[in-house]
Parts: sequence; structure tokens; C-alpha cells
Amino acid sequence: MRRIQTLQDLFRRYRRPGDFVIAALSFGFALFLAASLPFQVDWVDRTGLFAQPAFWPAVSIALMVLFSAMHLIGALVSERIPGRLAEVVQWVKALEYVAWFIAYVLAVPILGYLPATLLFAIVLTLRLGYRGWRWIGAAALFAVVVVVLFRGLLQVKIPAGALYDLLPPGALRSLFMSYL
Amino acid sequence: MLATPEVALALFIGSIGGVIIGAIPGVGAAVAIAILLPATFALPPIVGLTMLLGIYGSSMYGGSLPAILINTPGTPVNALTTYDGHPMTQRGEALRALGLAYGASFIGGILSILALILLSPVLARVAPMFGSREIFLAALLGIVLVIIAHRGQTFAAGSLAAFGILLGTVGLEPVKYTQRFTYGFEFLTSGIDLIVVVTGVFALSQAFVLLVEPDQAPERQRVEGNMFKALLGVFGFKRIAVAGSGFGTLMGIIPGVGEFTAQFLTYTYAQKTSKTPELFGKGNPEGLVASESANNAVPAAAMIPLLALGIPGEALTAMMLSVFYVHNVVPGPGLFRDNMDFIYALYTSMILLNVIVVIFVCLASNWLMRIIRIPTRFLGMTILLLSFIGIYSLRNSITDCAIGAGFGLLGLVLKRQNLPIVPVILGMVLGGIMEVKLRAAMARVKSPLDFVDRPIAAIIAAAIVLLIAGHIWGLIRERRAALPEAAHDHDIHDSHTR
Repeated sequence: MRRIQTLQDLFRRYRRPGDFVIAALSFGFALFLAASLPFQVDWVDRTGLFAQPAFWPAVSIALMVLFSAMHLIGALVSERIPGRLAEVVQWVKALEYVAWFIAYVLAVPILGYLPATLLFAIVLTLRLGYRGWRWIGAAALFAVVVVVLFRGLLQVKIPAGALYDLLPPGALRSLFMSYL
Repeated sequence: MLATPEVALALFIGSIGGVIIGAIPGVGAAVAIAILLPATFALPPIVGLTMLLGIYGSSMYGGSLPAILINTPGTPVNALTTYDGHPMTQRGEALRALGLAYGASFIGGILSILALILLSPVLARVAPMFGSREIFLAALLGIVLVIIAHRGQTFAAGSLAAFGILLGTVGLEPVKYTQRFTYGFEFLTSGIDLIVVVTGVFALSQAFVLLVEPDQAPERQRVEGNMFKALLGVFGFKRIAVAGSGFGTLMGIIPGVGEFTAQFLTYTYAQKTSKTPELFGKGNPEGLVASESANNAVPAAAMIPLLALGIPGEALTAMMLSVFYVHNVVPGPGLFRDNMDFIYALYTSMILLNVIVVIFVCLASNWLMRIIRIPTRFLGMTILLLSFIGIYSLRNSITDCAIGAGFGLLGLVLKRQNLPIVPVILGMVLGGIMEVKLRAAMARVKSPLDFVDRPIAAIIAAAIVLLIAGHIWGLIRERRAALPEAAHDHDIHDSHTR
């Protein structure tokens, strides 16, 4: 243990609560990748080592195992910093916003870019605790500006919403289909 | 090439937009560039690059404003500016501090571009001497540097750089047409797109960070007086500004190093040569000039390895590399030989952007302080919705968005742990370059010594060996003078954007 402590002293590290969790996760992930290596890459006959498709994945995984093992050893022999669980809870809390993002991504091809952006900007603003017409107006203005700038002016590739097909044929429908 | 309305507009939008983005704590150039990247694919290369360069080169001007007035750096590289800038504000010298910061940034920006222009003929001569093995070694040098530059986080940086290299190999490899690490998923056959990863770890992660943390809104501060006059005050600190520009240019050229090292070296130099070293960190104008001249000299210099060798030295130039590729402009030795007009157009636009920005910040500092008072969670919502454009517009893929969200979560964890993100991006970009160049180089190499039998290859190989040996030796020396763990086992710096 003393030798490991010396190693830890040799490689000074700057840590925050949750360092052990990230070290353990990255080491576990590196081991999983190492175990997958024989099944996820091919060894091609009559081909030099450096031209093998497996060469770079093998090098990178070997480095991942080495570095993450050192990170984990360092975390194991370091003093525990209080607040590990609270930190992990913060990571998990972010999953809610991942869900919001994915819901928005799924809504755009159905509702259309403008309606989906308006809806999510306003609902998210309310979810975050901003109340009153000032905030709702700011969220709506933001949504309109983003859509007009990116889809209307810069013509970024975002397909028209399925809902737009329900609009009566004419100028308004064309406008929505092409620019909003 | 520059005298078109599109380029002028891109320059204007990029430079003004960059200042605003830089001034808003919690956004930063990396987030903005990640979001805007796909939007620039539809534009001609000089227009798209001018806009992105505008954001890159001007964000640090904007970042110094909240750093000085409210002790909150707009971008992480403005953190050092708070040390001396904010105490000056507390002494009632806000106008002087801002003038010095803008003046130092301007000198740093302009001198590094002039260095770039003067170096161009040399680059045009030297760049063709870089064959496959030299480019492989230069990319390897970049990886080594990005790992050892993260002192105190070497293991995590190494692990993340290796992860980046692995990410770059996922999918159908183009030589033997075998699949690598696809786990049978069809969507992984085409690989993991760099832009999806970049938008995830920079933009989406920032949205998640802002959304899960408590709300904050910067307080309001006003600056009274003539900013142009205050800006001229920097000429009282010419020596420091020139030194900062020199360190910034040098550190910008070396892949994987960047602003923090340049600032550290300049600040140390300024303190050691100052008549009042005890005032550093307490509102010494020399410290402020050192910080701002060094950080603003880096963006132009970071273009050197990108343009000359096709090797990005940090995350933002790695993003710009994708703009080059999309337009079939291949940076590297051939660019200097065949496309000097393009190179000079880029240089000119960089000079112009510094002029536009310095005029803008002098006129609009008070207005900027008003618009940056956006509460952080509201800002998080806007970044979340904007990130959609950065990913979805690539190929209208929901799977890409899900992958991007995954990388966003990874970025959130890394940011909260203060672990570096840049090694992932550089690993991904440089790993691909290393694979291709090593394969080409080994076809003509019979023994390991053949690999370094050309002067440039030998110099780079020696540099790599010396850097690793020097790093280990430095750690051993520190060990001999070791402090108890409690004295060093905490954050001393923020590594989010390195």
C-alpha cells in the first residue's frame, strides 16, 4: 500500500467528489471494450501489423485500460472527499433534460420546427420555474428568432413537419413548408 | 476573395456575435461553433470559416468584460483576468481595466496574425517536407502534449484521448472494409460523426450543466468614460503585451497546449520582471495585460498547424477542420503551394475582425452588460434547443441526436469533475490522421530507424521522447518536494475548454 501511496504522490491529481465513481466506471468500460476486442475487429491475413484493422482499436483500448487503471488506483488510495452520492444524483438529474431533448427531437418531424420549438421553449421555461408573461414572451421570441434565422435565412436542413400537410394548399402552406 | 457582401456579413456577424457569446458566462466559443458548424456547410468555405474564425477570435474580448466587472469570466480563458481585473474595478478603475484588457487583446491578436503572415513563406517551404511519417509524428506529438499539458489529470486525459482514438475507428474501415466496434448496430457502420460528438460534449453538456445547477444572473455594472482613451493605456505596458503575444503565438502553434500555458508563462514573466510583484492578483495592470495579450494571440497561431499540416492543435480548430473537409479544401502542405489567395484572405479577415471587435467593444460595453444578464437556467434551455440544429441538420437523424445526448451526459460528468474534454476531440481527429499516415509510412520503412532517418521526423521524434522524459522527471522532482495530499488534492484550474 505504501508503494501505491508513493505512486499517488508521484502523480498529483486534482479531484472533486465523485472522482472514484468516474474512475471505476471508466476502468470498467475499458475492460468491457478489451473483452469485446476479439469479437469486434477482424484480423486480416497477409496484412502487416500496422495495416491491420485491429491495430488502432487495440492500441487505444490498451491505453484506456492502462490510464484508467492508474486513475482508479489513485482514487482508491486517496482520501475520500465527502459528497459522492450528491454528485452522482446531479448526474442522474440531468437525465430529465436528456428526455426533454429527445422528446423535442421526436416532436420536430411531426409538429414542424416552429411549433415544436415554440412549444418546448415555453413549456421548458415554465418547468424551470420562470413565471409570468415576460418569460413566456422571451421564450416565444427566442423560438421564433431561432427558426427564422436557421430555417428561414440560413436554410439549414430540417424537414417540414407532418402537421404542415394539414394546412390548406396555398401561400401559407408553402411558407411553412419552406421557411418555418 | 474578401470583397464580397457575403464575406463582409459573415465577418461582421462572426465578430460581433463572438463578443456577445464570449461575454455571456456559460456559453463560450466552443458551444457557439459546435451549434453553428453544420449551418456553415452550406456556405462557401471562406464565408463559413470567416464566421467561425470571427467567433473564435472575438469571444475572448467579450469574456474579459464580465471577468473584470463582476468577477465572472465569460470564457474559461478569461479566468486569469479576474485576478487583477476585478480588484481594479473594486478600486474604481473599471474603465482603465477594460481599456487595458481590450488594448492587450488587440495587440495580442494583431501581432500573432503578423507572425502568421511573416511565417507563411517559411511554412510554404517547410510544409512540403512533411511526408506521411512526419505528419504521423506531429499528430502523435499533439496527443502526447494534450495528455501531459493536463498536469494533475494525466491519467484521465490519457484515458480520454485513447477513448477519442477508439471513437474515430468505429464503423466500416475504408481499407479492408471490415467493421470495427459496431456491435451489430447498423447505425454505427458509418461511424460516429465528429460533429455529433463535438455538439454533445460542448453544447449539450453545457445545457445540462446549466439546467441542473441553481439559477444565477449576473448583477449589473456600468462603466463611465472614454473607452478609446482608456484603450491607449496599454501602450504603457508594451513590453508585457509583446511578451504575451509572443508566448501566445508560440503556445498556439504547438498542438495541444493553448491559452492556459501561454497565460501562465506570460503572467510568471510579468510578475518576475515587475517592480511591484507583490501586487499581482490584487489589481496589478501588468497582470491584466499579460493575461489578455496571451490568450488572444492563440487563435491565429493555432491556425498554423491546421493550415500547414492539417493537424488541429485544439478543439476549435478541430471543428474548423470539418468545414475544410466538407468543402474539399484539404489543409496541409498543398494548401500553401496551390491556394495562397485563400490563406491571405483568411489572414486579412482575421485582422479585420480584430478591428471590428475593438471598435464594437469600446462602443457597446454597457449595452453588453445589459444583455448578458440572462439567468443561467434560461440560458441552458436556449442552448438545449439550439443544440438540436447542430446535430439534427447534419443528416436528419434521430439516432445522431440520441448519440449526441449520450455525449452530452459524458460532457456533463467531465465538466462537473473538472476533467478535460479536449483530449476526446483531439484523439478522435488525430487518431484518424495517425492511422492513415502510419499505414502509408510503414509501406516504405524496413527497420524502425528508417522511420526517423529524415531530419524533421528525427526532430519531432526526439521532441516526443524529451517531452515524456521531461514530464516524468518533473513529476519526480515535485515528488521530492512533495506536499501532504491535502495541500494539492483539489482543483487549481479549470480545464473545460483546453
